[in-house]
Amino acid sequence: MRINRRKFLKIASISVLGFGVKPTIDLFAGHEAKAKIKKSPKALRAKRWAMVIDLRKMNEEIAKKCIEACHLFHNVPHIPDKKREIKWIWTEPFEHAFPGQSHEFLGTELIEKPVLVLCNNCDNPPCVQVCPTKATFKREDGIVMMDMHRCIGCRFCMAACPYGSRSFNWMDPRPYIEKENPEYPTREKGVVEKCDFCAERLDKGLMPLCVEASEGAIIFGDLEDPESEVRRVLRERYSIQRKPELGTGPSIFYLI
Amino acid sequence: MFEKALQGSRKYWALVCFLAALAGLGFILLLWQLKVGLKITGMSRDVSWGFYIAQFTYLVGVAAGGVMVALPCYFHNYKVFGRITVLGEFLAVAAIVMCLLFIIIDLGKPMRCLNVLLHPTPNSILFWDMVVLNVYLLLNLIVGWMALESERYEVPPPKWVKFLAYFSVVWAPCIHIVTAFIYSGLPGRHFWLTAIMAPRFLASAFAAGPSFIVLFCLIIRKFTKFDPGKQAIQTLGKIITYTIIINFCFFLFEVFTTFYSQIPEHMNHFKYLFVGLKGHAKLVPWMWVSLIGMFIVCILLAIPAIRRNEGSLAFCCVLVIITTWIDKGLGLVTGGFVPNPLEEITEYWPTVPEALITLGVWATGFLVLTILYKVAISINEELGE
Repeated sequence: MRINRRKFLKIASISVLGFGVKPTIDLFAGHEAKAKIKKSPKALRAKRWAMVIDLRKMNEEIAKKCIEACHLFHNVPHIPDKKREIKWIWTEPFEHAFPGQSHEFLGTELIEKPVLVLCNNCDNPPCVQVCPTKATFKREDGIVMMDMHRCIGCRFCMAACPYGSRSFNWMDPRPYIEKENPEYPTREKGVVEKCDFCAERLDKGLMPLCVEASEGAIIFGDLEDPESEVRRVLRERYSIQRKPELGTGPSIFYLI
Repeated sequence: MFEKALQGSRKYWALVCFLAALAGLGFILLLWQLKVGLKITGMSRDVSWGFYIAQFTYLVGVAAGGVMVALPCYFHNYKVFGRITVLGEFLAVAAIVMCLLFIIIDLGKPMRCLNVLLHPTPNSILFWDMVVLNVYLLLNLIVGWMALESERYEVPPPKWVKFLAYFSVVWAPCIHIVTAFIYSGLPGRHFWLTAIMAPRFLASAFAAGPSFIVLFCLIIRKFTKFDPGKQAIQTLGKIITYTIIINFCFFLFEVFTTFYSQIPEHMNHFKYLFVGLKGHAKLVPWMWVSLIGMFIVCILLAIPAIRRNEGSLAFCCVLVIITTWIDKGLGLVTGGFVPNPLEEITEYWPTVPEALITLGVWATGFLVLTILYKVAISINEELGE
């Protein structure tokens, strides 16, 4: 069969169009294939996972243990250049963690307190809203996940996150991992990463690593369950969130 | 028609070779960036967008600026612009090519960029920006090319081209509005969280784009036999005058809201840009050059004698381009990231490789522009004979 130029262009342009149109139609048709993978019967379940960090119990030493437990397991590289570092969980002085709730007359106890900060796994996450590829998405249990194989590295999520919780791999992170943990994948350059409340551990029936390492200073549980431990402490004690005024609905609460 | 781009004077080829060499240098450095990652740039965890995205932001404005020529021509039948609409359309093509290149080279994983098409995400403004930019590119390429072709054979352009031309005029502001929305809807970035972001973008776009066209018109008249027309240049001068004054006013409105309200989070970004914050003041001299330059150019252009003189008009256009470039291509993006949401300050400055890659993209854009303008000018010269 001979194809003349006009015909070729017609077919070519329709094919190119189809490339973009097919997924769009799928999207509006709403039948995106949902993988049916059975969860382990041991998996911990919740309607909305939340974390309560007790600042009275938290100190430098415990915070360090939490960070180490997390970063060692998740193969978070130790990059000396502060501008390029990767961090999932770290400490900030009170005035930086809570810029709107800090003032110059705070007691020294609070000023000197190391505040453990991590991704807030927001109820209304701005990073999910802006991601152009759904590489960042929210699970049904409220955990904001990161698909590092889907991520194109546009860093829109970093601009959108009001907590500075996301890190970008400006270079190959592997040379900066001191001791690689074969149980968890390492990352490539050019993708964004962050804390995911140890989603893979919850699925195995285990608590997040920082919670285990915290010696009781971090409580983890279901915010929607009135009987849960997190709800109990939130009822009994005064708690604050980071930048609640932005409407992102952070799932991390701090007892002070 | 393309054959017109393949025959030219020595000067033309010298320009083409010069631009191609710059583009090639940028490309080599880009290969290095692909190999080692974006660490060769000055960007950081805190300032996660830098020079690349800032250039894209500025050039979207230049692209949309072309519409200031097309609109009077198509909507008000302003014949004076008839000869230069194609210049505006081709400028838009070159600018959008640069925009798309800047977005792609800024990605950490550029080979995955089709994910934006494969997993369309209507809630992401970036998805819509991709749509508006590509459509605008196609519209201008088709409309410009077809208009030129029908001009060459002295036949009226087909009806569907007219329809596309009208459509592209309506579409042009969208590329700027959508780009402004990338910034203006983010919580915790107080510098960008303002409803006047899109109008500000449009005002500076409609000043910078026509400034480029005026300069190109003057250059073309000097070096070729094609005369875009004195009247057309003067009308563009008036358009630039109004839009740059509006742009300056918009900036003042922003300053009023920020400093009268006295909200520290909002003031900090302006302080960082214009007076420095906690000893960090890398951008301060630049921002003042931009601000004072823009004020001066507003005054100069408002004086009819200065605007009518083509020499001083050209000077004003250069000043408009430089001051709006500092504002968008340097200040806007960095200013939004500093201080960061934790009120810490990490400064940003482009590195040498980053600047050279940027230069390479600009050179690529100007190469596209040179070739397209060569075709347009050759055909106009032919018609003039």
